[in-house]
Order: sequence, then structure tokens, then C-alpha cells
Amino acid sequence: MIDTLNLTRKFGDLTAVDGLTLQVDEGEIFGFLGPNGAGKTTTVRMLSCLISKTSGEASLAGYQVDDPEDSLKIRKIIGLLPENVGLYDALSAYDNLDFYGRLYECPEARRRENIEHFLKMLGLWDKRDVSAGQFSKGMKQKLAIARALIHDPKVLFLDEPTANLDPESAKTVRDFILQLKKEKKTTIFLNTHNLDEAQRVCDQIGIFNGKLMALGTPAELEESVWGNKTVVQVEKVTDAILSALDKLPLKSMVVDEGRLTIDVTEADKENPAIVDAIVGAGGKIQYVTRLSSTLEDAYLKFVRQEK
Amino acid sequence: MKLNKSWIIAGKDFKIFRKKKRILYALIILPLLLSVGLPLFLISTLESADPGEVAIILNAFSFFYIILAYILPNSLAAYSILGEKIEHSLEPLLATPLTDGELLLGKMIASFLPCVAMIYLGSVIFMALSDVTTGTLYFPNWTMAFILIIAVPLASILSIQLNIIISSRVNDVRTANQLGLLLFIPFIAVYILLTTNMVSLNILNLLIVSAVLLIIDVVLFYINKATFNRDKILTKWK
Repeated sequence: MIDTLNLTRKFGDLTAVDGLTLQVDEGEIFGFLGPNGAGKTTTVRMLSCLISKTSGEASLAGYQVDDPEDSLKIRKIIGLLPENVGLYDALSAYDNLDFYGRLYECPEARRRENIEHFLKMLGLWDKRDVSAGQFSKGMKQKLAIARALIHDPKVLFLDEPTANLDPESAKTVRDFILQLKKEKKTTIFLNTHNLDEAQRVCDQIGIFNGKLMALGTPAELEESVWGNKTVVQVEKVTDAILSALDKLPLKSMVVDEGRLTIDVTEADKENPAIVDAIVGAGGKIQYVTRLSSTLEDAYLKFVRQEK
Repeated sequence: MKLNKSWIIAGKDFKIFRKKKRILYALIILPLLLSVGLPLFLISTLESADPGEVAIILNAFSFFYIILAYILPNSLAAYSILGEKIEHSLEPLLATPLTDGELLLGKMIASFLPCVAMIYLGSVIFMALSDVTTGTLYFPNWTMAFILIIAVPLASILSIQLNIIISSRVNDVRTANQLGLLLFIPFIAVYILLTTNMVSLNILNLLIVSAVLLIIDVVLFYINKATFNRDKILTKWK
């Protein structure tokens, strides 16, 4: 659904987005993780045809972002929640949504139906006639999400959707994103620096800091920090244990007092052999565990890498 | 270009204007003050002036409506563009399938229609009160008709377009208003020439004024099209 190839945007001497290549499939939730100023918003703006690219290629649903005719077609099938929600404070929640529904040329019946559906889903139906200016930050964020969905877009760009929201509102928004994927098969491009959020909702994650530092599923990224490692804690590491383990086809092993950190390829097959070898050599195993890292470890590892 | 989309933009702005009292008062008070105030001023000059002088004064007063057509859209046009900028609503708006032409036309309609409607209403009051005050049927006349039908819309469009250009370079509505108002000095110069009877407000002179306004409107339209750049708006407007 979203394809980019060496997508680049420069502002004078500053390269905000440097050679971004990625692919987001239809119905996928793609998390675009990166620190503030990494170029995430610039990427979303290029993909939603708001600003031009300096070089490279980008397309949505087969339409090219830099083609003026395709640009209108892209803008018909996307929904955008920008960093600043940009609601009309003087207008009611209903009128805000109705205005956008009209701009997207939604037929009146569908427009009404969608407004009611999304406002009810986000718990704002009772406040439909209240001016957006009187809404709390969380309510505004929810209303802006409803606005981005009013025309049933195929692709939804969400730029920091839960930033500055209280935990309850953030959960409502997260649940809503998952519901959208399930019910409407919407492709969602989620800009965030909330790692917990990305881990909970994303199918694929790109870690971005000016350029794409890593790409994969949350599990793949976590694994990429330490690799596939097994930790065996024994009472005492003896020569007999080391000799027994030497006979196994292990990739590498680090010994730290009673702790053996072993690099394995297929843990489910190799771990029993490791345990047998240690026990056979008279070792007393205290515990065996997989060395696990978090998405935060992966994030910090990749964003700290030199661009 | 779909005209209905421009109407949707204008309709939304009308709703917002109705809820912004400052804008609403600016729109209503000035035309009413002028339309009632000018005939009242006339009463004080009637005793000392002969009918010829009264005609000159009324002629000069008629020109006020061209000046008003320039002043009145200032706050509306400045808010119409800068309001979007201040409320950060341009980004989601530009992400919709809306062309630059549709957006600009919508913004122009939103400022143009309320102002021209108020000027027309004010001018009816002014003409009626002036006729009652002087006891003659001076209005309506061809000069006033020309002013209202040709010159007023052209002066309004000039004001709106200038405001759109100014709005892209400043950050608050008041600065935009002040800059826009600075540019009405040429109108005042023409008014002074009229009151001192150095120039008369006949159809020929009005044609010249209107032609100048039309040329400036066309030039400004192209400047606006060239300077209304989505990329710059989103990356340079701070």
C-alpha cells in the first residue's frame, strides 16, 4: 500500500529524511519510531502529498506522490491526524466532522452515519454540539482522529496520536486503532516515540533517525539487540562442564563466574543438549533462561548509532 | 476546479465569523456608522452650502464606499487565512482533496460576500437618509450604481488578495490588519482630490479608478497563485 525508495527531503543543508526505503502492506499497522526531530513528520507530510520530496520515489496504492493528478487521488484515500490537531475551536464537534465530510464529498447519509459511528466509538456523541474549543486535550485528539476517518480512508497517518494524553485516553485511542485494523482493514502509519504503544499495536516497526536504522516486527527488533542467546546459571563452572560444552556445535559462549551466556541458533533443539551436557559433567543448574531484550533496548541501540 | 468545494470552505468561514464577536462587530459597525454619520454631517453643512456644493459633498461621500470596500474585508480576510494558520488547521485542510484554486476562491468568497452585503445595506441607508436630509432625490444615481456594482467589488477583491499575500508573511491578525490598512493611502488621496473638487466623480473617472483596480486585482491574483505554495506554507509558516 505504501512504497518508498530512497525517499529524501532536504531543507537547505539539512537532510531531514535520507534515502528512506520501506514497504507497508495493506491492512498493516506500521510504527515509525524515532526521537523528536528525526524527520517522522516530514516523512508523513511527503507521503500525504503536503510537501514535496527532494529525490527518490514514493507511492500510495500505486499513485505517485509527486504527480499532481495522483496527488488528488492520494488525498482522497488518506486520513491524516497531524501533530497539532488543528480543529476549528468555534465550531461544534459535529460541524467540524461535517465540514471535512463535505470536503471529501461523502454522500450526506454516509456522512451522518460515520459522524455518529465514530463519535459514539470515541465516546463523544453526547458532546457533538459542544464547541471543539471547550474540549479537553484528549477529547480534541479523539475528535481529530474521527475527522481523519470521516471518509473511510484506506490509509491513515497518525502523528503522535497519544502524545500528552492521560493513560485512560491513550488506551481508548490504542484500542480504537486495533479495532480499525480488525474491522476496516485500514492501513495505519503510526508516528510515535511511545515504545509501549508501538509494541502493543504495530505489526512492523521502522526505527528512524534521519534515516531508517532498523526495520522488522517488534519481536525481530528485540532479538536483533542480543541475538538468540541462552543463559545457564550453574553453581560452579568446572573444566568438565566447559569440556562437555566444547563438544557441542555452539556458535559462541561467554563465561561470567557461574553464568554461561551461549549463542544458539535453534534454542528449542540446542537447549536440551546444553542442559544434558552440563548435568552429565556433574554441573548443578540453578536456572536456564532466554536472554531477552526489549523494544526499548532495540530503539536505544539503533537511534544511538551514527546516522 | 469544483466550485462547490469553495462554497464549503466559505460556508465554514461564515459559521466561524458568526461566532467571533470582534469580527462581527467590525463588519457591522463601520458601514452603519458611516451610512448614518455622513448624512448627519450633511445636516450641519446644509445651511452654509449651496446646492452645487452639496452635490460635490455627496459625490465625495459616495467615494467613501470604495474606501469602505477596501477597509471592511481587512479583518475578515486576515482572519480567514491567519485564523487557519493560528489554529494549525491548514495542515489537515491541505491534506484533503482540495486544489489551491478551490481553497483560495473559498477564502475570497468568505471575505467578499459579507463585506459587500454590508456595504450594500449601508449604502441603501446612506442614500435614503441623504435624500431625506437634502430634500432632493439625489440618490440613486448612475455614479452610485457604478460605484456599488463595479468599484466596490473590485476594491474588496483587491483588499482580500492583499491580505492573503500579507497573511503568508506575518503571524498575527493585528499586524496583517495594520499592514493592509497602510495600503489604503492612495484611496484617501483620491478622496481628498474629490472633496477639494480637483477631480470630479464622474463615470469616466470611475472607469479609470475601476480599470486600475482591475489591473491590480489581476496582478495580485497571479502573485497569489505563485506565492501560495503548500510546501512553503507548511515548512516556513511559523
